[in-house]
Amino acid sequence: MIRQTALAALAAVSLSAAAQAQTLRIGLREDPDILDPTLARTFVGRIVFASLCDKLFDINEKLEIIPQLATGYRWEDPKTLLITLREGVKFHDGEPMDAEAVRYSLNRHLTLQGSFRRGEINTMDAVEVVDPKTVRIRLKEPSSPFLSQLTDRAGMIVSPKAAEAAGRNFGTKPVCAGPYRFVERVAQDRIVVERFPGYWNAQAIHIPRITYQPIPDNTVRLANLQSGALEMVQTIEPDDIKTVQRNPKLKVVAYDGLGYQSITLNLANGPRAAGPFAKDARVRAAFELAIDRDAINQVVYEGAWTVTAQPVPPSSPYHVKEFKPQPRDLDTAKALLKQAGATLPVQLEMTIPNSPDLRQVGEVIQAMVKEAGFELKLSAMEFASSLQAANRGEFETYLIGWSGRVDPDGNTWTFIHSNGAQNDGKYSNPEVDKLLDAARVEQDVAKRRALYAEVWQIALRQDRSRIYLWHAKNIVAHTAKLTGFQPVPDGLIRPQGLKLQ
Amino acid sequence: MGIWLLKRLGQVLPTLLILSLLIFGLQQLMPGDPALILAGEERGDPQVLAQIRAELRLDQPLPQQYLAWLGRVLVGDFGYSWRIREPVGALILAKLPVTFQLASMAFLIAVLIGVPAGIVSAVRRDTAVDWAANGIALAGISTPNFWLGIMLILLFSVQLGWLPPSGYVPLTEDPWQSLATTIMPAFVLGNAIAGVLMRHTRAAMLTALSQDYVRTARAKGLAERVVVVKHALRNALIPVVTLGTIEFGRLLAGAVLTEQIFTIPGFGKLIVDAVFNRDYPVVQGVVLATALIFVSLSLVADLLYMAVNPRLRTA
Repeated sequence: MIRQTALAALAAVSLSAAAQAQTLRIGLREDPDILDPTLARTFVGRIVFASLCDKLFDINEKLEIIPQLATGYRWEDPKTLLITLREGVKFHDGEPMDAEAVRYSLNRHLTLQGSFRRGEINTMDAVEVVDPKTVRIRLKEPSSPFLSQLTDRAGMIVSPKAAEAAGRNFGTKPVCAGPYRFVERVAQDRIVVERFPGYWNAQAIHIPRITYQPIPDNTVRLANLQSGALEMVQTIEPDDIKTVQRNPKLKVVAYDGLGYQSITLNLANGPRAAGPFAKDARVRAAFELAIDRDAINQVVYEGAWTVTAQPVPPSSPYHVKEFKPQPRDLDTAKALLKQAGATLPVQLEMTIPNSPDLRQVGEVIQAMVKEAGFELKLSAMEFASSLQAANRGEFETYLIGWSGRVDPDGNTWTFIHSNGAQNDGKYSNPEVDKLLDAARVEQDVAKRRALYAEVWQIALRQDRSRIYLWHAKNIVAHTAKLTGFQPVPDGLIRPQGLKLQ
Repeated sequence: MGIWLLKRLGQVLPTLLILSLLIFGLQQLMPGDPALILAGEERGDPQVLAQIRAELRLDQPLPQQYLAWLGRVLVGDFGYSWRIREPVGALILAKLPVTFQLASMAFLIAVLIGVPAGIVSAVRRDTAVDWAANGIALAGISTPNFWLGIMLILLFSVQLGWLPPSGYVPLTEDPWQSLATTIMPAFVLGNAIAGVLMRHTRAAMLTALSQDYVRTARAKGLAERVVVVKHALRNALIPVVTLGTIEFGRLLAGAVLTEQIFTIPGFGKLIVDAVFNRDYPVVQGVVLATALIFVSLSLVADLLYMAVNPRLRTA
């Protein structure tokens, strides 16, 4: 009896606390890393930046580039970009956001020691201040992906005064020009931001405060949403979609993402690439033809993902619709193995980052390819270790995903090009290299898509250099009281337009 | 007494030194290059990797890395977290009260359940009460923390809506809310330890109850309650105190799974996240701090023995 009274009292306290001042509490999958746009590298960190730091450009639902801190752009020639800036924009410390601040921020992204933006914008040669509202960016060579880099962290403009004063510790108290300003951060517990009254687009901001709370356990994150301790969660598992849909107080939004899941194949990286699988494209074709992507999607992900055969997702204008996954075909697979003269069963190993769903995917693939004549050994490895193993060539096949980039170049070049730094399987075909380089500078959408279609045809269908399995979706869940969420494929939670009743 | 204390403290320093060497060495055995992990999806850029290695001195020989770290630790500088760039010392200090509160509450729950249950089941040996207590203790020990944690969250937070499902509010900020956020994890942790404490209390009490002095006390015609509490229990407590301090130490070292489930930002979560992110300075700092806590606790245990057993005071 006493215990019940005490619990009821506790409940009353926790409810009254929840009813206080309007705060949007968002559950994140993990704790973000440092909140400095130059040094940050986690995806969850980008979700927090969406409220802290505005960018020169943003993207919309159709992945079109739209102005944010900029008002427009013009290519003076293929190597010179002229950007005009919005008037009257202020940083959180009251300093004006002008051409000088843009020049400072871009140079900081390019030159600060340990910058993770350097690789994104290293085609940039110089930034010139034309007048306080205009900057001119000179590139070393023509680059189609460059503009899209300015829609993410490389396009975030920081207050030069605050950045100069804080140096490398800027991330412990970031000062940008976003709709919310930084209040506090308790590591592994919460990040709190509050509405910035001087925001240039203040009429789009309706919620006074946002708290980001990292909650790594999927079940617990969802429980927080169900019990009203959170208003929104960044992501839920496909298995939980139905649970949320049944609850009238909650809403779930599943929409296309930018990334993919794939199997990297070791073709020429060290001694592990010596077998018939690495040497003969027919053996790899047999392997791919033995895989039923739809079945994997149904069995492991409740059919929530979009199966694919290419690295560019359907949300992108560069997705090649005609390039579809081949249906499972055991007869052809067996015939190909016979043609190649491989000794059966073909011994093969697959490295898998140790997560329950990917292990399950591995088991399904193992069962499928066995029917074609492959003896697939699964090797589950902790994520950090698997990355290193892949990098050193200590793998035969590697089940690995990519979070995806707005521009197709970010999903392809570094993985497929001979000089690509993340080409762990060391695939190399000069013809493909030429096509990828051409796609990098081609500005016309249709022509560029045609170049990528050729890359898929050669690198994937002919050479079987890599196997793409599916594009995951962003699955966001929130209370029905929250309205105005815009599902943009990059999976960020943009505070503009969000309302809480 | 003073000399004894000094001697004990003299043993602590070499222990910590050897330990720090061990931590450092073990970390090197962990597969996975910290630079690769820190670089995240920018890992493709060799320039970025080289820069990270240089900045974190990963390109220097190991003994040099170790000595540089030790030198800084001796002046109280634990370095900063590679991932979020906060000083490790500050991180540890921020997590300490959280873990301490959780550990104390869990320990209190364990003692309140475990010790009385152990006494009762020893006194009522081989009765239904004894069997029931043993059964419950066994269940307590063998229930996985993460399972019990999730069940509690589903029942008390999702179904009944009585308690916040996870998170942590400091005692100083809002005592009620603080208790509400920690009661479930404390129960999960305490529950497991209560079973262990119960079994040990029972065994120690059974030994004590069969001793000659207990028979003498009974023969003197003392009330059974006096016999049990004053004569048997006091003597039975020594192994229980030992066990208690060890368990408390383990709680302070961070309840990894429980903290992860309830998203309590304590030691356990700090170190697990640091290991997965290969955030070496944090791992080193936390392990060293934990070792310090353990060593201090074993000192406390020795002092407690003296309190319960007067014969030890002369030693």
